[in-house]
Amino acid sequence: MAEVEVRDIRKAFGGVPAVDGVNLVCHDGEYLVLLGPSGCGKTTLLRMIAGLEHPTEGDILIGGHSVRGLPPRARKIAMVFQSYALYPHKTVEHNISFPLEAQGMTKEERATRVRWAAGLLGIESLLQRKPRQLSGGERQRVALARALVREPQVFLLDEPLSNLDAKLRASARLELKQFQQRLAASTIYVTHDQVEAMGLGDRIAVLNLGRLQQIGTPDEIYHRPANTFVATFVGSPPMNLVPRDGRLVGFRPENVRLSTDGQRLEGASFACHVIRIENLGSDRYVYLRVKGDEGDTNVIAKLAVAEQLPVKADEDAQLSVEQRHLSYFDQKTGGRIAA
Amino acid sequence: MSEPVAHRTVVFDESPRVHHLLDRENVLGPVMLAPLLVYLVALVGVPLVLVFVYAFSDASTGSPTYSFVGLSTFQRTIADETFRTALRNTIVFTILSQVVVIVLATILGFVMTANFRGKWIVRFLVLLPWTTPIALSALAWLWMLDSLFSPFNWILGQLHVVAEGTPVAWLGENTLAVGSVVALQAWRTMPLAAVILMAGLTSIPPELNEQAAIDGAGFWRRLFDITFPLLTPIMMVAILFGIVATFTDMAAVYILTHGGPGDATQVLASWSFYTGIESGSLADGAAIGVFMFPVLLGVCLLMLRRARRAEVL
Repeated sequence: MAEVEVRDIRKAFGGVPAVDGVNLVCHDGEYLVLLGPSGCGKTTLLRMIAGLEHPTEGDILIGGHSVRGLPPRARKIAMVFQSYALYPHKTVEHNISFPLEAQGMTKEERATRVRWAAGLLGIESLLQRKPRQLSGGERQRVALARALVREPQVFLLDEPLSNLDAKLRASARLELKQFQQRLAASTIYVTHDQVEAMGLGDRIAVLNLGRLQQIGTPDEIYHRPANTFVATFVGSPPMNLVPRDGRLVGFRPENVRLSTDGQRLEGASFACHVIRIENLGSDRYVYLRVKGDEGDTNVIAKLAVAEQLPVKADEDAQLSVEQRHLSYFDQKTGGRIAA
Repeated sequence: MSEPVAHRTVVFDESPRVHHLLDRENVLGPVMLAPLLVYLVALVGVPLVLVFVYAFSDASTGSPTYSFVGLSTFQRTIADETFRTALRNTIVFTILSQVVVIVLATILGFVMTANFRGKWIVRFLVLLPWTTPIALSALAWLWMLDSLFSPFNWILGQLHVVAEGTPVAWLGENTLAVGSVVALQAWRTMPLAAVILMAGLTSIPPELNEQAAIDGAGFWRRLFDITFPLLTPIMMVAILFGIVATFTDMAAVYILTHGGPGDATQVLASWSFYTGIESGSLADGAAIGVFMFPVLLGVCLLMLRRARRAEVL
């Protein structure tokens, strides 16, 4: 396994930058998630690491060596595509053994390795099938087995769960994490799904418009976002941002306390009006309008259904957030500032 | 009580009834299919039946009589040396031209799917032979293969491959005439094959080749292990179309060589035409044509099987 380092990398398509000066490191054995909205450059970045795109500028190091001039096959990486890219005309067994054939391994050695990889992923019974005879989850396992069989230095995964239905996705996420932990493999995982990112990543790199916005642990990304983009992209519903005293005050919907008796907590308090209350089963979303000097701001509070709701729709209330849950951002640049 | 209001009600009532009728699939289907069916029956079905009827008769253009003669026309046809040459030529020309077409069309397919400046000019030039009327292109080929004015002769002369003043008789020498006919047939069927193969290549998801590149496969391995196997089904379609077009084609022979020199380039279609129409022996001409039938039937069955398998996939 090896460390992957991306140094000041840029990629432009017809003059339009897709990746614009990104620096990041995926440590040995780390699970790094590249998170961002569609078109943010995360897949382009992954493809450059794989060698499928040539960077316009910058360098990529795998295991301390520059791989800029190397073709994909010489980079000792394995990649799982969003579509899994299984060879449709080959059986599962031949799909998995394909990378080994290219290495010139003997038939016996290949058979042993294929059995080992298939055993690890529990797909021994599928070896003689063609990809079209497999379910989405089975295809994903075959793609992982094919990635695994070469014992690569780095795994690159491009939204491998997005083709699975919601129920399967949750269990596949758990399996993927256990699989990575067992192999202790350096893994770079691309997704636009923040739940996947929070659940899987040792660290998350948030990208937007080709630029790195923040890199940190899921906890840091969620609780100490570096700017308003990260604050509003991560979390559902997103972080509330309320202008006050020339800056933006940010707080998560689940940290909001509501009262009608004017009771205040240590921290920030806002006078607000309850617009609507939505019951989602385990939680309630309370839609509020906070009155401010620069106009009204819509705010969402997320409260557990188990708690008693102190407010009713269409009445005035007091919104409070504890000091430790508050973030502050510059109103112009959107960057995080000290309290 | 025929008031205008009542009339109007009747008029409004009819329109939805017509609409309703056309909404029914068992009415609309046959209505839409009818023109094609009439066309097929009149121009394909009737002549096909006539060919079989004539082949078992002594019909000729010079006599209005018709009598059934059983298999004797076929016996005469098989015994005819020219027929056997034509049959062999038809098979050989079809195989040769299709080999040339598939090799070149595959290369052209790759070229047309590659990304480069001026791609549209290449695509336009590739499609050009297909859009040119055969009469026009045949004239151009006749000139290019003329023993006196051939630009090929001039080029070969300039390159000192042949001595100047001793022109190559492209259509006058057996092997060269065969080559010329095969070249024209290949030239005509290539654009369709190239377009079919281009479509086949673009339908292969690019991730498969990228995945193979990551999996350690170089260019040739990707070509033979990934691209070609995935291209084979569509390549078969191109080959089957090419076989039908070449096997039944008489234009190339008719325009370039008239089957000559001797009968060196005679094919079934041209020999059937010369015997049945130009010589007036309808029965013999029809019997020659019938020999194309098993091959074409086989190709058609293969095509239908391919189409059905594609549906299943």
